[in-house]
Amino acid sequence: MEYGVQSIGRRGVNFINRTGGLCILLGRFFVALKDVPRSMGLIFEQFYIIGVKSLPLIIIISIFVGAVTAWQAAYQFKFIGAPLRYLGHMVGKAVIMELSPVLSALVFAGRVGAGIAAEVGTMKVTEQIDALDSMGINPVRYLVMPRILACLVMVPILVLFSDFIAIMGGLVISVLGVDISTETFMSGFRDSFKLADFRNGLIKALVFGLIIGLVGCYEGFRTREGAVGVGRSTTNSVVISCVLILVFNFIFAIILFRL
Amino acid sequence: MHNNLIQIENLHKRFNDLPVLNGVNLSIGKGESIVVIGQSGCGKSVLLKHLIRLMEPDEGRVFFDGENIAEFMGDSLVSFRRRFGMLFQSAALFDSLTVAQNVGLGLKESRRFKDEQIDEIVIEKLEMVGLASSADKYPAELSGGMRKRVGLARAIANNPEVLLYDEPTTGLDPITADIINDLIVELNTRLKVTSVAVTHDMKSAFKIADRIVMLYEGRIEFDATPDAVRTTDNPVVKQFITGQARGPIQVR
Ligand SMILES: Nc1ncnc2c1ncn2[C@@H]1O[C@H](COP(=O)(O)OP(=O)(O)OP(=O)(O)O)[C@@H](O)[C@H]1O
Ligand SMILES: [Mg+2]
Repeated sequence: MEYGVQSIGRRGVNFINRTGGLCILLGRFFVALKDVPRSMGLIFEQFYIIGVKSLPLIIIISIFVGAVTAWQAAYQFKFIGAPLRYLGHMVGKAVIMELSPVLSALVFAGRVGAGIAAEVGTMKVTEQIDALDSMGINPVRYLVMPRILACLVMVPILVLFSDFIAIMGGLVISVLGVDISTETFMSGFRDSFKLADFRNGLIKALVFGLIIGLVGCYEGFRTREGAVGVGRSTTNSVVISCVLILVFNFIFAIILFRL
Repeated sequence: MHNNLIQIENLHKRFNDLPVLNGVNLSIGKGESIVVIGQSGCGKSVLLKHLIRLMEPDEGRVFFDGENIAEFMGDSLVSFRRRFGMLFQSAALFDSLTVAQNVGLGLKESRRFKDEQIDEIVIEKLEMVGLASSADKYPAELSGGMRKRVGLARAIANNPEVLLYDEPTTGLDPITADIINDLIVELNTRLKVTSVAVTHDMKSAFKIADRIVMLYEGRIEFDATPDAVRTTDNPVVKQFITGQARGPIQVR
């Protein structure tokens, strides 16, 4: 039996361990970046697996995110009697500043982060990582660096796609369901569009990508004890990335979007 | 003792509360072929992993060519490890790579060979283990014994000076096992490779060993030539090589 205090103590130690481990892995990732030129094959393979293959999922969620945003906004506008010509403004801001980066990142954590943790974790428990080491191949260069780099590059690109598609989704719903014209929607969107919002969304996406890749690789490396361990690492990677994404998102909101 | 290639001094290793190695001392000369025997779970694989620093000792030191391997870092660690080839007990093949890519990976990543050279070496090594026809298969498509042999081909791919074999013949039929034994002997005699093999297969042990050492209760219980092992009075060794359930060794 474990007493409450002990359990808190153990969790505290775990938390510090993890934080330290993540920082060390981040440092080793930066060191491994010097080997980018010789690892181009591995990196492009990950760009494809991590980025290109996530595109269909991102497209689907973006359509619905844009659509529901427009619908809810219209519903609330009617309720408080706000003019519907602000619909494009509302949808554009919400999508570019928050919804697209955050929801894409959360979905990406579920799809890609979990995949990385499961793959690296399986390699760990089946001694494939030991085998890399035994051959003088640095696992951080061979496995971690290409994956984190792919997340760093691909999350912002996918968010760009997501921005565009979600706004289109919002437009379609506004025209078909709310009965305002394309011109009204687009002029509302255009009038409120600020490049800075767009840029801030992409900066967030970059950090979220780093979180997803780093946590996925780290949890993979920590894996122990066979199939159960791989399952645990996969779950942990998704939970931890999602929490970190939302926490950092809040921090960004305070820094980037001053009241 | 400068002609010892590998020197293990007072090696201790424990996992949580489980002591596994309890002061192992062992010297391995250049070109020697050592076979490590011992009960399942006694720490043979753990011992082997310490030799190439896949595990760090809790206490004690390992020297390679007179240098403490704990001091290798970065590039020196890489060049130290490249002098070794290791066959893992589980084969540990990269399951996302084909057989040929598995065997060629170390060569490719060392950037010392052209692609055509690598292809040639890969086929040559796969022929040595009788698997040239499976070059384009993935590990998941192979039987356990075939995986072991691919692991062996991968271990010898860069012509290492030292080979560590973790149960090279386990899971092989007697004929294939003998082919692998011959291969190991040939690497030792012809290419003067130093080797450390873990095995339960006593036939294989007697065939490939210059010296057989027995690991028992975390220490080296016995260290002798195969002939001396055959005729020993040591009850522990005797029980082990004759495979008796009764004797001083208690199965935990
Ligand atoms: N990474 C690890 N973490 C925790 N315990 C371990 C680890 N590796 C090995 N052990 C423990 O160390 C002991 C020795 O394991 P080892 O794999 O060396 O046995 P072995 O002699 O190779 O056995 P076998 O002949 O069955 O392969 C075992 O009790 C095992 O549970
Ligand atoms: Mg073993």
